[in-house]
Amino acid sequence: MANGNGNGNGNGAIIRMSGIRKVYDTGKIMVEALTGIDLEIEKGQMVAIVGPSGSGKSTLMNLLGCLDTPTSGDYALGGQNVSGVSRDQLAEIRNRRVGFIFQNFNLLPHISALENVEMPMLFGGVPVRERHQRAGELLARVGLGDRLDHKPTELSGGQMQRVAIARALAMNPDIVLADEPTGNLDSTAGSDIMSLFTELWQQGRTMIIITHDPALARRASRVVEIRDGRIVHDQVAAA
Amino acid sequence: MTPTKVAPRDAGPHLQGPRQTIMITFKDVLRQLIRDLRSEKLRTFLTIFGIVWGTVAISLMLAFGTGLHKQLVKATAGLGDRIVIAWPGLTSIPFEGLGKGRRIRISEEDLEAARSQVQGMNAISGEYTKSLRIDYATKTLPVDVSGVNAEFGSMRNLVPAAGGRCIDPIDVTQQRRVVFLGDKLAKSVFGDAPAVGKTILVNQSPFLIVGVLQAKAQDSSYNGRDADMMWIPSSTFRALTGAKYVDNFVFQATVPGQTKRVLEELRTALGKRLRFDSKDKEALGTWNTTEQFDFFDVFMLSFNAFLGVVGLLTLIVGGIGVSNIMNVVVEERTREIGIKMALGAKQGWILSQFLLETMLVTLFGGAIGFAISIGVCAVFPEQLVEYVGKPVVSPVVATLTAIALGIVGLIAGYFPARDAAKLDPVVAMKV
Repeated sequence: MANGNGNGNGNGAIIRMSGIRKVYDTGKIMVEALTGIDLEIEKGQMVAIVGPSGSGKSTLMNLLGCLDTPTSGDYALGGQNVSGVSRDQLAEIRNRRVGFIFQNFNLLPHISALENVEMPMLFGGVPVRERHQRAGELLARVGLGDRLDHKPTELSGGQMQRVAIARALAMNPDIVLADEPTGNLDSTAGSDIMSLFTELWQQGRTMIIITHDPALARRASRVVEIRDGRIVHDQVAAA
Repeated sequence: MTPTKVAPRDAGPHLQGPRQTIMITFKDVLRQLIRDLRSEKLRTFLTIFGIVWGTVAISLMLAFGTGLHKQLVKATAGLGDRIVIAWPGLTSIPFEGLGKGRRIRISEEDLEAARSQVQGMNAISGEYTKSLRIDYATKTLPVDVSGVNAEFGSMRNLVPAAGGRCIDPIDVTQQRRVVFLGDKLAKSVFGDAPAVGKTILVNQSPFLIVGVLQAKAQDSSYNGRDADMMWIPSSTFRALTGAKYVDNFVFQATVPGQTKRVLEELRTALGKRLRFDSKDKEALGTWNTTEQFDFFDVFMLSFNAFLGVVGLLTLIVGGIGVSNIMNVVVEERTREIGIKMALGAKQGWILSQFLLETMLVTLFGGAIGFAISIGVCAVFPEQLVEYVGKPVVSPVVATLTAIALGIVGLIAGYFPARDAAKLDPVVAMKV
């Protein structure tokens, strides 16, 4: 990879999808989850992707996050073509370019908050000392400086999601990809997380949030609505 | 919850390139392993027990095999160092007009002649034997006395205990009255007092004791056990008893592997000189002890192979147990594997994590099993050593066991690890 921690080329689009189709072959029937997505996301945007369940949101999220590859179409992330690369290359792209935040946090339950945040850096080959220091800084930044050694099971939902956010930022990725980040949180914790997202965006992060939550979608600078595997609405909010 | 101050965007971690080495993760793997093993104590115990048992089986069996082999060789070597024992008898095949039933007599000169004619003869010594009366102080007893040459001692592994020596060439040429005692005989005459330097009467003649046999294992003999005998120079024996012909003789080939050829040539040479058919087994009876060593080598190799295979099978059964436990572990950790993959773990990382875990379980069990084997060898009762030898966990045994363990661990770990590495992160995270 030429530019592991880069943020794409200047002000160009960080995500460029054209004609993306995703067909699931279940053996008996073919399910077309995405029927042709064209999507460009600029660096520094905060995009909410909304739509009813079964609309193809999750499929799009998997493709955006390089967890899966499209059946056809082109996808470039941070200037790097992602179509047709190997599993290990995909893993490396995810590691360097994508920070994931999941609805159910997906923290490793047996290890401490600090170690959870270190995990992507472990796979990225960051030296131990730096890993440690950086994970500590990130946790302090999301307000968990005093919870470094706590296991996820000893944290509240909101705190767990903060750990996940710190983890997502660990490799300084091109995009932060959040899948229903407030779905499992009560409204107070949810709005805290939303504020944190807004702050990150204001600092220049590219945020992509897949959500049902109209409150969260309202904070985004751009709302993309998906239905039946295609984009039906794409609206940039008035500043 | 306090509002969070977020610092300005940073430059990200300093990357060293796409290295995901095992070294970085070894600590994590170890910790993960302990956690896995703790959560399933009974299963872990049974699995490790399987490996321990397999290791004990393989290493202890090989150790006993090695010990037994050594003991057999040692006990056989008690008779001699790859020698041939030969004794003259009555001819059974007519030869050049001479009828059968003729007694063959072999003199010292015949042996000298044979030695000069046969290639590859390292040593040869006639042996004259008679039961003679021994007197020392108030003790009188009959003892089997052998008259031998200086070469006899080393051929027959008659090693003198500290402070003594065997019959030497000057004893023979000067016809000295010196005697070398078997260890049990020395003990029955002198008790614990030193025998070397004392004088005893043999057939009423005074003899100086020059050495006592160092105790040795001996599983076979032809004139009685060495421990109960005594040896004097052949020249002295002839003078003392008037014997002219040897009762038997012993020889050794320079190269043990050529013993058979040397024996054939010797038969031919003696047959020509003493006029008997070289194929006549009665005229000259022989006992080639090297054949025994060859037999032991083959026997012990197959015996060890058998024990090794039995041990290996036990170990493989243990390995299947480990493989099974790892399969369950992979299943239980599917979600975790999915998360790690989403965060950028490559297939190789996942694969080596599980492989390493399996290897650690295997090596842990192996180490315990090995320790048990060493312990068993250490406390092995001395009384049994004479019969089955002392079991030794030799470097060879250790290496073989380690290799078997490594292979079993690798195979046991490979399949679960491969399954783990093949997981689709999207599916795995949803479990």
